[in-house]
Amino acid sequence: MKKFPYYPGCTLKQAATHFGESAIASAKAADIELVEIPRWNCCGAVSSLTSDDLMHHVAPIRNLVRVQEMNQEGLVDNEYDLIVFCSMCFNVLKRSNERVREDPEMLKTINQFMDTEQDYEAKVNVVHFLETLKEIGWNKIERQVKKPLKGLKISAYYGCTLLRPRGIGIDDPEAPTIMDDFIRAMGAEPVSNPYKSLCCGSYHTVGDNKELVADRTYKIVNAARENGAEMIITSCPLCAYNLDNRQKETKEKYPEFKQMPVIYFTQIMALATGMEDRAGFNGNYIDSRPLLREHGFLEG
Amino acid sequence: MTAVIKVKKKNREFLLKTEEMSGEHITMCEQCGICTTSCPMTEDMDISPASIIHLVQIGDEGVLDSTAIWLCASCYTCTVRCPRGIDLSAITEALRQQTLRKSIDYIDINSIDRKELEELPAIALVSALRKYTS
Amino acid sequence: MTEEEKNMITVHIMGKAHEVPAGLTIMKAMEYAGYQFIRGSGCRAGFCGACATVYRLAGEYKLRTALACQTAAEDGMFLTQLPFVPANRQEYHVAEIEPGPGTLAEYFPEITRCVSCNTCTKSCPQDLDVMDYIQMSIRGDFEAVSKLSFDCIQCGLCVARCPAEISHYHVAQLARRLYGKYQSPVPQHLMTRLEEIEAGKFDEAISELKSLNATELEERYTAREIEKIERGEVMDE
Repeated sequence: MKKFPYYPGCTLKQAATHFGESAIASAKAADIELVEIPRWNCCGAVSSLTSDDLMHHVAPIRNLVRVQEMNQEGLVDNEYDLIVFCSMCFNVLKRSNERVREDPEMLKTINQFMDTEQDYEAKVNVVHFLETLKEIGWNKIERQVKKPLKGLKISAYYGCTLLRPRGIGIDDPEAPTIMDDFIRAMGAEPVSNPYKSLCCGSYHTVGDNKELVADRTYKIVNAARENGAEMIITSCPLCAYNLDNRQKETKEKYPEFKQMPVIYFTQIMALATGMEDRAGFNGNYIDSRPLLREHGFLEG
Repeated sequence: MTAVIKVKKKNREFLLKTEEMSGEHITMCEQCGICTTSCPMTEDMDISPASIIHLVQIGDEGVLDSTAIWLCASCYTCTVRCPRGIDLSAITEALRQQTLRKSIDYIDINSIDRKELEELPAIALVSALRKYTS
Repeated sequence: MTEEEKNMITVHIMGKAHEVPAGLTIMKAMEYAGYQFIRGSGCRAGFCGACATVYRLAGEYKLRTALACQTAAEDGMFLTQLPFVPANRQEYHVAEIEPGPGTLAEYFPEITRCVSCNTCTKSCPQDLDVMDYIQMSIRGDFEAVSKLSFDCIQCGLCVARCPAEISHYHVAQLARRLYGKYQSPVPQHLMTRLEEIEAGKFDEAISELKSLNATELEERYTAREIEKIERGEVMDE
């Protein structure tokens, strides 16, 4: 198994351990050993967008310095592809990395500020796990599937930070296919959704704007259902929280609303590759197990 | 045809400051409105995304009081569609920062229900406090 | 120049220059210069955290931090005391908390504002990895926070320096309390002793002590047996 540096991000260790656990299982199925970055820190979840603010790029760059250290210490062997599963962490880490690559002066200032660390040499590539799978090849991934999810209709929800902005996103921001290819590789049937990359309301889930999130959840989940989907998959823990947990508020506002399981793509992969014990199906708000049992993918 | 925007000197300072902070060439916007039609938040905003840009173009600091600049969640939909290559999410960030940098927060963390704080995933709190607090 | 004058150094206390003998701690140097500690001094042995000091060395730009009782005064030093930091504290009843991954953020949501600048770690006179334990607190890892923060003496320097306005030591204290009560393994020797107390093993000795007057208590205290252990030796349970 090839070893890759791995950045989990806070939520995979905290509120979404079912994402973290199934991520490690999915990587194993793809013949990859994830080596967690020692002493990694929170990336900041959102990228700092003002030109004069360097402070908020320190956190992402400090993590990339740790990847350098991993190589020096032999935790990974000359491997600078950093694998990330969380869409938001991926976006933030990649944007800061690209910014310092384009702006050596900025890199110098950040390096000088981080006087307790070695200088960042800008050698790390920030990679989303879906890109890793695509590079391995969907045919090869398909061969690892022990339990094809035949007949299961899944709507891919890409969200924002996996696709945008251009140059950071992993697929065409207007017509993405990577998650649909993933669904096919798992033996399931991708269902199109016009709102697959509509913002779920993001951090407005904190504070008094929850209704705004509930409205978008209503839109996105309903569109998936109208197109015949039985569940939604995503790779963003904030989208997952909004589309899954906030179905409670959605149902309160729209009593006729029919709830639908929203789970992480890695949970699907763990199930399809015969590691359902590591899929963490008890971690989601809307339970997907009755549906998966109905299809015969889970016992009991 | 070249359109000319005439801005009073004192208003020009606000435009230039916002251009510098956002790193965006705001006067390039020709008000086509694609940002407004693409934005998933338009229906909940007090002024449209295109109006945000227009107000900055004419140097109207009143835009800082709009709720629209706080509703922009940096989804980058307008960014990928703008025919002039303007990143409006960087502009709204520059506008929010002009308030936050005076140590004025948009939300009071202490007013959030305890139980809710406990339930929210780290990713929600980290991103909200980055965007809403100074 | 006399021998004595040669051994004098200059320290700037709150901006005013004072000549003090070389080799003193910052605390002693301040007392030599005529300052009397009403706050900002406690155990004088590096344990209580009362004597937080901010200083800068001549020719440097860095603001450094230290405990006044543990750090030698240096020639050309600029310094001031920080006897109290008005850090955010929360009221809670440990017995009523059900610890979960979001508990620390529930009481101290500002932990999620950490920008990983590492200033707290650099300011810690105990050389703790303060930033690392704040990161662990975002993830709700009580064990990691407890272990990383165990030697914290609550001087408050990290709080004073933090750009995200986090109250590091109060977060860590809550984490340690919850870890101690709910998660760490129960120490068997403590349970045994508690059973002994409940069974009345010490009742007689305690009531005897209670019957003594002040002079008798003093005598007992002076004559008490102190267990002698050699350096490096571990005391039996």
